[in-house]
Amino acid sequence: MPAFAQRYMTRTGKVTFFSKTSMMDIQAINNEVACAMDAKEGGLQFIVLIKSFKFESALMQEHFNENYMESDKFPKAEFKGKITDISGVNFAKDGTYNVKVSGKLTIHGVTKDVNLPGTIVIKGGEVTANSTFIVKCADYGVTIPSLVASKISQDIKVTVNSVMAAIKH
Amino acid sequence: MLSRLFLAIALLGSTGLLHAQTDSNSNGDLGALLSGDASTKTHEYTTATFKGVRVINGQSIENEAPGVLNFIILHRFGTVQNGFQDLFGLDGAQTRFGFEYGITKWLTVGLGRSSFEKEYDGLLRAKILRQTMDDHMPITVSYAVTMMAKSNEVHLSDSTKTYYFSNRLSYCHQILIARKFSERFSLQLSPSLVHYNLVNDTQDPNNVLALGIGGRVKLTRRLALTGEYFYQIPGNKITSIPYYNSFSVGLDIETGGHVFQLHFTNSTGITERAFIGQTTDSWAKKGGVHLGFNISRVFTIVKPQEFR
Repeated sequence: MPAFAQRYMTRTGKVTFFSKTSMMDIQAINNEVACAMDAKEGGLQFIVLIKSFKFESALMQEHFNENYMESDKFPKAEFKGKITDISGVNFAKDGTYNVKVSGKLTIHGVTKDVNLPGTIVIKGGEVTANSTFIVKCADYGVTIPSLVASKISQDIKVTVNSVMAAIKH
Repeated sequence: MLSRLFLAIALLGSTGLLHAQTDSNSNGDLGALLSGDASTKTHEYTTATFKGVRVINGQSIENEAPGVLNFIILHRFGTVQNGFQDLFGLDGAQTRFGFEYGITKWLTVGLGRSSFEKEYDGLLRAKILRQTMDDHMPITVSYAVTMMAKSNEVHLSDSTKTYYFSNRLSYCHQILIARKFSERFSLQLSPSLVHYNLVNDTQDPNNVLALGIGGRVKLTRRLALTGEYFYQIPGNKITSIPYYNSFSVGLDIETGGHVFQLHFTNSTGITERAFIGQTTDSWAKKGGVHLGFNISRVFTIVKPQEFR
């Protein structure tokens, strides 16, 4: 008999990224991230629509999509993996748990194996997955031309904050 | 004995299979879960048909994002006909500087002033239809209206006559129809009507009808080749003075915060009434070509919701 798996999901997860150089800071916010988690097996998946990243400057947003991320070719970034120490999380009790996440991260059509730290917060029946990590543009084929190298960092700080609700079968 | 061995292997195998199934099933289920509702999303709109709000001389279907102010300088040098003497026209120049502001996603308002006949202009550009990525709507259509007023001094030979203010006015109505065929190629048709309140001669019509066609071909991520031609419909153009159809060829260069458009054109004037219906130079006639550039700088006046 297949094991019963309780699952959590959201379509309004938040992913922000931040680039810092001596010349300028750039921030982008995406509030439409789809995220699902399997509490029993630890399976974790994110789907991030690149065009849903909002920038303070509309022109910067257009350049981001047209020139850097080529969003028409690669509309989504994805993560497929699992929380390797899920058994340490007690979903029945409110609390904060440090976890390890391992899986495949796909950005701009390039997939890489990643191992990232994260936290799971259980509160009032909702599960929040948080993580902060660095993504190197070069790793995913995102080229920063020398003309703007002083304005855009090669290392981008990504912050994930996904509040999920339990779903019934 | 053998049958029991087989049974044992089968049992072990089946439990192993079962375990693998729930593992991949859980991830597979997650995937199905996430993509499940996605198909109900509304049609995605095409973006960046053109890099900016001007194809070359003419307006494009692009509008500024709401809350964005665009400062545009359109510069046309003199004709190249004098060669090195005036540095191929670099000595003489006409400029239009203007502001455009995105009021809503579909409405842009603009104000400008040109040195050519010291003309002031005001424009409105409204997007009526938007192309979608799945071709549910295959074209983007905008309506552009411009009102132009010359403020140059006029001396009438007959001093008893009055030069009315309305003599200085002209209007242009355009329906802009564009399609982004691919990431590399976009094309726009601009049927235009220019109304001149005052024309030179009785033989001239007050309304000039023209069909503009313009496009861009992306060469690299930041470089594009552009072209534009306005064909005045015979019988609906000014004939008292030889005026030619406006033809321009150029290069769009993206430099981060600006779009820099460099081009060659036979039109001196920069407002619609000038380049559509009153272009005095010709590509065919000796050196009737001008070097020109457009440069655009955007400022975010009203921040997007997420950043307030």
